[in-house]
Amino acid sequence: MTDATNADLPYSEPAGVKKGSLMTQDARTRKRNAAEKRFKAYGVIAISIGMLMLLVLVYNIISRGTGAFQQTFVTLDVELSAERLDKVGNRDINDLRKVSTFGYAPLLREAFEAKVAEHGIETDLSSKDMAGILSPSAPALLRNYVLSTPSVIGETIKFEFLASGRVDGYLKDRVTRDSIAEDKNISPAQLDFVDQLLEVGFVEKRFNMNFITGADSSDARPEAAGMGVSMLGSLFMMLVVLALALPIGVAASIYLEEFAPKNWITDIIEVNISNLAAVPSIVFGILGLAVFINYMHLPNSAPLVGGLVLTLMTLPTIIISTRASLKAVPPSIRDAALGVGASKMQSVFHHVLPLAAPGILTGTIIGLAQALGETAPLLLIGMVGFIASNPPDSIASGLLDPNSAMPAQIYEWAKRSDPAFYERAWGGIIILLGFLITMNTIAVILRRRFERRW
Amino acid sequence: MSFAKLSTSALAIAVVSASAAAARDQVQVAGSSTVLPYASIVAEAFGENFEFPTPVVESGGSSAGLKRFCEGVGENTVDIANASRAIRDREIAACAENGVTDIIEVRIGYDGIVFASQQAGPAFTEFEPSDWYTALAAEMPVDGAMVANPNTTWDQVNADLPAVDIAAFIPGTKHGTREVFEEKVLLQGCEDTGALQAMLDMGMDEDAAEGACMAVRTDGKSVDIDGDYTETLARIDSNTNGIGVFGLAFYENNTDKLKVATMGGVAPSTETISTGEYPVSRPLYFYVKKAHIGVIPGLKEYAEFFVSDEIAGPDGPLAEYGLVSDPALAETQANVADEEILGGNT
Repeated sequence: MTDATNADLPYSEPAGVKKGSLMTQDARTRKRNAAEKRFKAYGVIAISIGMLMLLVLVYNIISRGTGAFQQTFVTLDVELSAERLDKVGNRDINDLRKVSTFGYAPLLREAFEAKVAEHGIETDLSSKDMAGILSPSAPALLRNYVLSTPSVIGETIKFEFLASGRVDGYLKDRVTRDSIAEDKNISPAQLDFVDQLLEVGFVEKRFNMNFITGADSSDARPEAAGMGVSMLGSLFMMLVVLALALPIGVAASIYLEEFAPKNWITDIIEVNISNLAAVPSIVFGILGLAVFINYMHLPNSAPLVGGLVLTLMTLPTIIISTRASLKAVPPSIRDAALGVGASKMQSVFHHVLPLAAPGILTGTIIGLAQALGETAPLLLIGMVGFIASNPPDSIASGLLDPNSAMPAQIYEWAKRSDPAFYERAWGGIIILLGFLITMNTIAVILRRRFERRW
Repeated sequence: MSFAKLSTSALAIAVVSASAAAARDQVQVAGSSTVLPYASIVAEAFGENFEFPTPVVESGGSSAGLKRFCEGVGENTVDIANASRAIRDREIAACAENGVTDIIEVRIGYDGIVFASQQAGPAFTEFEPSDWYTALAAEMPVDGAMVANPNTTWDQVNADLPAVDIAAFIPGTKHGTREVFEEKVLLQGCEDTGALQAMLDMGMDEDAAEGACMAVRTDGKSVDIDGDYTETLARIDSNTNGIGVFGLAFYENNTDKLKVATMGGVAPSTETISTGEYPVSRPLYFYVKKAHIGVIPGLKEYAEFFVSDEIAGPDGPLAEYGLVSDPALAETQANVADEEILGGNT
C-alpha cells in the first residue's frame, strides 16, 4: 500500500538537503558501515580468543597426557628356583604363600646377573642396583604368577616387567642425567645400563593397556597405576544416578507440569528447584555425609553413597530440562487427545511423554555428564585417597565396596609427590574427556534425530 | 516400566546395605596426608602378601583423621588414624566420651622437614632457625617495645643470605607440619636471637612471649599453603625468590626442581635425621582401635606388617621412599604384638 503511494509520487528533493547518490557513500553511511565492521571484528576476536584458549587447553592435555598411555617394559628370563620359593618341597599352596614378595626379589637380581653374563654387557652395577630399574611391582607379579600356577616352580620363564617410574621417565625424556644429579632413587650408571639393555632390545616402550584397565597403586610405584577400577566406580555411581534421578525427576516434572494446580505452593516448589540447581556441589557432599553415612549408616567410600549424592545434584537439571521439553509439546496435542475421549493420564503417557522423550533423554545425558565430572561432593564421603585397589567382583560389591571415581582419582594423582603421577593425572583427564565428549555427542545425535519442531 | 523396577531394586539394595556394612572385611584408615604415601605403600604390599583385601587409606589431615577415629566404636567408623603428631589429651578425652578407650599408639618412624627453593633461584643454601624467626615474625622486641617486623629482604635478616625479597611458603595451620615448624624453627630462632628473653624482660608472661615468637607476619611476605606440597612446589616454580617448606620424601622425589638448604649447618637426609643432627624432624604415628581387633579381619596383621623390619626397617620400602626409620622399632613391634594401649594395659 505504502509502496504504491510512494511510487505514485514524483521524486523531489527536500529543500536544504545536499544532493546524494546511492553510489557514493556519505559520511554518516560510512560511519554506520564502519561501526558494523567493527562489531563484526569484535565478534571474530571474541570467537578467536575462545578457540585459542580451547586449543591451548587441548594441546596441553594431549601433550602432557599421552605419555601415560605408553609405558616402558623390561623383558627378563627368571628362574623360579625351588630352593627359594618352596623350601618344604611339597608345592602346598599354604606353604608357598608364606614366601612374601620380599622373598621373590632375589630371583630378579639373579635374573639380571644371568642376563648380563649371557649378553656380555659390561657394567659395574651391583645386582641390587640392576634390579633397581624395575618397578617395585615386579616381585608381586612373580608371586601372583607362581601362586596361580605352582607347577612352574623350578622352570625358567620369560616375564615382562614394568620399568621403574624414573627409567620410564628417561625413555620419555622427562628424566635426564642432569635432573637426577641429586636423586637418590636412580643413578647415571643405572641409566647407562638401561641404554645397554635398549641396544640389546630388552627394554621397550609401548602401549600400556594397564593404564586403562588397572587399579590405583601406591606412591612408590607410579608406573603401575591405572584408571580401570575408578572407571568402574564411576560406572556404578552413574547407574545409581540413572536409576534414581530419571524416574523421580520425570515423575516430578510430569506432575508439576501437567497435573498440579497453579498456586503459590507450586510456585514455591518451582523457585526452589531452580535454586537447587545453583547450589554448589560441595553442599550436597556435606548433606550426604550427614544423612547417608552418619544417620543411615551406609558404608563409607561406597559408590552407592556417591551415586545418591550425585542424584540429589542431578535431579534439578533433569527436572528443569524435562519440564522445558514437556512445555514444548503444543497444547493442541493434549486437546486432541482429550477431545477423542482420552483421560488426562492417557493423554500424557500416550501422546505428550513420547513427544517429549528426546528432550528428556538429552537433559538426562547432560545431567549425567555433569555428575560424572564432579569431584567436590566425593571428597566428603571418603572417595578420595588410596582406595581403588580391588576391582569389584559383583554388582553388590561394586555398589558397596570402597571405590574411587575418575575425577577423584585424577585429583588424587595430581597431589602426589612423584612427577610420574602428574603425567598420569593428565592421561586420566584424556580418558574422562573422552567419556564426556561421547556422552554429549550421543545427546546431540538423539536431539537431531528425534526432536520434532512445531 | 523398567525404570520403576530399576529404581525399586536400587532402593532395596540401599536398605540391604545397612546390614551388608556389618560385614566389612577391609581395614579402613584415615588421617594425615604426610603419612598417606607410607600407609598406601604398606596397604598395597599388605594386599599382595596376605589373603585380606587391600586396606582403604583416606587422607584429610591428622586432626580430621583423629576426629573420625574418635567418633565411636563400630564398623562404620575407621579402624586406624594416621597422624603426623602425637594424639592430644583433648582428643583422648573426646575419644573416651564416645566409647573409644583402648587406643594403641604406633610410632612408625620420623619425617624430616626441609627448606627448599627453586633449583635456578638465588643461593639459599644455609639457614639458621634465627633467620626464619627474624624473617617471619609478626612483631619483634626492639629497645623494650614490640614493633612490626621491619625486614623485607633476606640480606636484612642475615648479611650472608641473598639480597632478594622475602617470599616464604609455609604450611597452613591445619597441617601437622606447621606445628613442628613453629616449635622447632620459629621458637628456637626466637630463643637464639634473644628475642624471647627480651620479651620476658619486658614483663610478658611466658605463654604470651612464646605465642609472640610463633606468630607469623600477615603482610604477604609469608604465605600459608593449605593444600599439599604440590601446591607449594607450584608457587616456588613461579616465584624465583620463593622458599618453601616441604617433607623430606617430597623433596627427594623432586630433586630436579628443588634445591635444599641446610638448617643449623646440617643437610637434611635420612641419616642426619635418624641421628638427630638435623634439627627439624618429627615422629609419625598411627593409632589403632583395640576394640576393632578381632572384629575387622586383618587389622592386627596390618599393624604388625606396617612396623615389621622388612617394611619399616632401614632397608625397607618406606625408608626408600623417605621415611627415617625408628631406631627403637623392635620396641614398637613388641608393643603392637602385645596390643599395649595408651596409658598402659590395666
